[in-house]
Amino acid sequence: MDPEDREAKHLVSGQKKKTRHWRTRGYTMFELIRPDTNFDFASKMKAAVIASVVFILIGIASIVYHGGLNLGVDFAGGAVVQIKFQKEATTDSLRSALDSVQLENSTIQGFGATENREFLIRTPETTADLKLLTDRIDSALAMAFGQGAYEIRRVEAVGPKVGKDLTQKAILALALSWIAMLIYVGFRFEFRYAVGGIIALIHDVLVTVGVLSLLNMEFTLNTVAALLTIIGFSINDTIVIFDRIRENVRKRIRSDLRQIVNVSVNETLSRTILTSLTVFLVLVSLLVLGGPVIFDFSFAMFVGVIAGCYSTVFIASPFVLFMERYMPSKRKRK
Amino acid sequence: MFQSIKLRTLIAAVITLAAVYCFLPTLYPSLPASVKPYFLKNRIHLGLDLQGGMHLVLEVDTDKAMEGTVERLANALKEGLMEKRIRFRSVERKADNSISVELPSRESRADLEKILSDQFPDLEIKSTEAVEGREKVTLKFHEKRIADMKKTTLDQSLETIRNRVDQFGVTEPEIIPQGDDRILIQLPGIKDPKRAIDLIGKTALLEFKLVDEEHNLEDALRGNVPAGSILMKGARDGGEKTSGRRDTMYLLKERTLLTGQSLENAQVKISDRFGEPYVAIKFNPQGAKDFDRITGENVNRRLAIILDGVVYSAPVIKERISGGDAQITGSFTMEDAKDLAIVLRAGSLPAPVKILEQRTVGPSLGQDSIDKGILSTIIGMLLVFVFIVIYYKWSGVVACLALLLNLVLLLGAMALFDATLTMPGIAGIVLTVGMAVDANVLIFERTREELRLGKTPRAAVDAGYTKAFLTIFDSNVTTLIAAVFLFQFGSGPVKGFAVTLTIGLIASMFTAVFVTRIIFDYFTWTRKIEKLSI
Repeated sequence: MDPEDREAKHLVSGQKKKTRHWRTRGYTMFELIRPDTNFDFASKMKAAVIASVVFILIGIASIVYHGGLNLGVDFAGGAVVQIKFQKEATTDSLRSALDSVQLENSTIQGFGATENREFLIRTPETTADLKLLTDRIDSALAMAFGQGAYEIRRVEAVGPKVGKDLTQKAILALALSWIAMLIYVGFRFEFRYAVGGIIALIHDVLVTVGVLSLLNMEFTLNTVAALLTIIGFSINDTIVIFDRIRENVRKRIRSDLRQIVNVSVNETLSRTILTSLTVFLVLVSLLVLGGPVIFDFSFAMFVGVIAGCYSTVFIASPFVLFMERYMPSKRKRK
Repeated sequence: MFQSIKLRTLIAAVITLAAVYCFLPTLYPSLPASVKPYFLKNRIHLGLDLQGGMHLVLEVDTDKAMEGTVERLANALKEGLMEKRIRFRSVERKADNSISVELPSRESRADLEKILSDQFPDLEIKSTEAVEGREKVTLKFHEKRIADMKKTTLDQSLETIRNRVDQFGVTEPEIIPQGDDRILIQLPGIKDPKRAIDLIGKTALLEFKLVDEEHNLEDALRGNVPAGSILMKGARDGGEKTSGRRDTMYLLKERTLLTGQSLENAQVKISDRFGEPYVAIKFNPQGAKDFDRITGENVNRRLAIILDGVVYSAPVIKERISGGDAQITGSFTMEDAKDLAIVLRAGSLPAPVKILEQRTVGPSLGQDSIDKGILSTIIGMLLVFVFIVIYYKWSGVVACLALLLNLVLLLGAMALFDATLTMPGIAGIVLTVGMAVDANVLIFERTREELRLGKTPRAAVDAGYTKAFLTIFDSNVTTLIAAVFLFQFGSGPVKGFAVTLTIGLIASMFTAVFVTRIIFDYFTWTRKIEKLSI
């Protein structure tokens, strides 16, 4: 029997028949996902959508509860000053130093490992003049601890104008990248496919933002960079599956689309998981060893990659079926 | 595509060597002089977040510059009217930068129009209203001229700041305009950010005005400032110690006799008597002539030297000063005096600037980031390598080779394009490694499928590559689209990320598809292996 026929028959019958012929040829492959895996993803779509919607709603609730996102200085305006002390210093001593220059609304937190004696001072935008703001922090520290007792390692001061600009730019970049993906996927595949892909992308961004809000993590420029990267990465997986669906549709015109989608997701499942795993490994390395400067980026990516892997399998592909119901493909009608 | 393995190997080798060649100057910045001319000057630059430095965005207050110009024009118009003996009641600058001229009667209107067209072509009559027989004319700038002037203001500010930064001595500074009224400044490796900000942000408008000695200062302080005079603060000496004390005030004649524009040079000198630094200024020929006349006319009166609206000193003119030399004294520290000399030499900013954004990274933090970035990249890559080799055995080794090559090409291309490496850029390199392996995963999974269908290694490899190619292409294009938006959106560091991601992905198309294929073809065609290790 021709291998392709055999596969097709197995498809039509829908049985989980063990096809072991590949082993008999003497190949032993390390497999995370056995090639005869035939998990019915399409039937799980409803549950997946409900789960996702619930999760996203929790995220939104968290955002509302926290009174908006925890925006970093990049977007909210204000200043962040990172200081390293030569000797022991406490947040309390820092606090009193800042109080003396009327910056009591600043937040102070330890940064990185305790033995580094590093602190982060965040001051919300109180004055339009950034120069005065950073000067004030510097002079307060100099007065309390003496010059040379500390080192200012980083200053990020952003005025309200730039903050507003950046916010607009970030939203625009996210929205435009979605639209660009929609156009490209629509052009390379079909519009029906593209919609599913974009919904998955929006899902990934919402989930990531929700998780960040739940953990009350700061939303910075790096976070937005991570979101954009997630968009590029997640659509990747989706396209690989769409590609397979398209191929399988051509091969077996008469098969049920539902089965084709299922088979396609199953066939590409090991690749989806493998690629996510390699990116995952890299991200773990970045999270653990990359240091605090890049932590916000790595963490957002980390969440996004998980969300992306999930949405590719459970949202984007089954969505093709959903669209089929309302926009049946022309080829099928022939 | 190419049938000959030898030819393909040659192409791969040439590209690899080219990448190494491009990257070498970055790796060894101090190549011996004998071989240096054979290498490119291009190299990978470190971003501010890695080498330390300052990133500033300034906003030029172009409206303020407009105000100044309108004020000057209003004064000139007043003088012009007087000169031509045209009667007028008042000439005033209004808040919306228009000039309002009140004429006693309709008759003088023709004269006004004539003087406008002769001497003030930039002004146009916006509206006229008759109030109780008097004629009230509102003058405005031509719209196009306003845009021109704003542009000029920005250009002049750029030029001045460039001069100042050059004299301050920063290697590879970047000073570029952004939008209509912003200036982006990047100063790598700067040690004293505060001083740099002071130096760049100072308007440094130097003015000479006479002290008004005919009127009583106390009187003026009580609010009776005589017409034609203004009150001005004196510079505090000694800084914080005296901050509690009230500022010294001066009553000055409003008219500015000379400005910093008449300067030719400014230098720090040490006074013989007290060993204190001061700034010696030299006027240009025209300035010297004016200064000579001014001092000649006002012997025994006090001349105030004003910088940015603060009186630095107001010495008594003992005698007429010819030759165009003068000095600015005050309680300067050496550094203050040096910086003052720099700003005076570089000229004043045509308008005040405001800091919109400031990001400073100390050099030690930068080094920390580099160390951590390199460590996490190496560990991340090793994790991926181990995983891929366990999963795909010898084929995995091939994929790892492709990844290493990808890294070499990425670094070579970045050096060739003079790209900037930032901390997110380093993350981009590791991520590219994680994503680039995807192409090989796609190919290998396909090849496995074909093998399972019972194909020979050669056929399976062939089908694997052919079938996976379009998928790889499509998925990379979408990631590139995202990278384009990243680049558009991002400022410095994020841009660096977009750059490494983009180059890395393009390089991966070559290494993962073209180069690995050579190795597989060699084993399946030439060595004719029976079984793939995959």
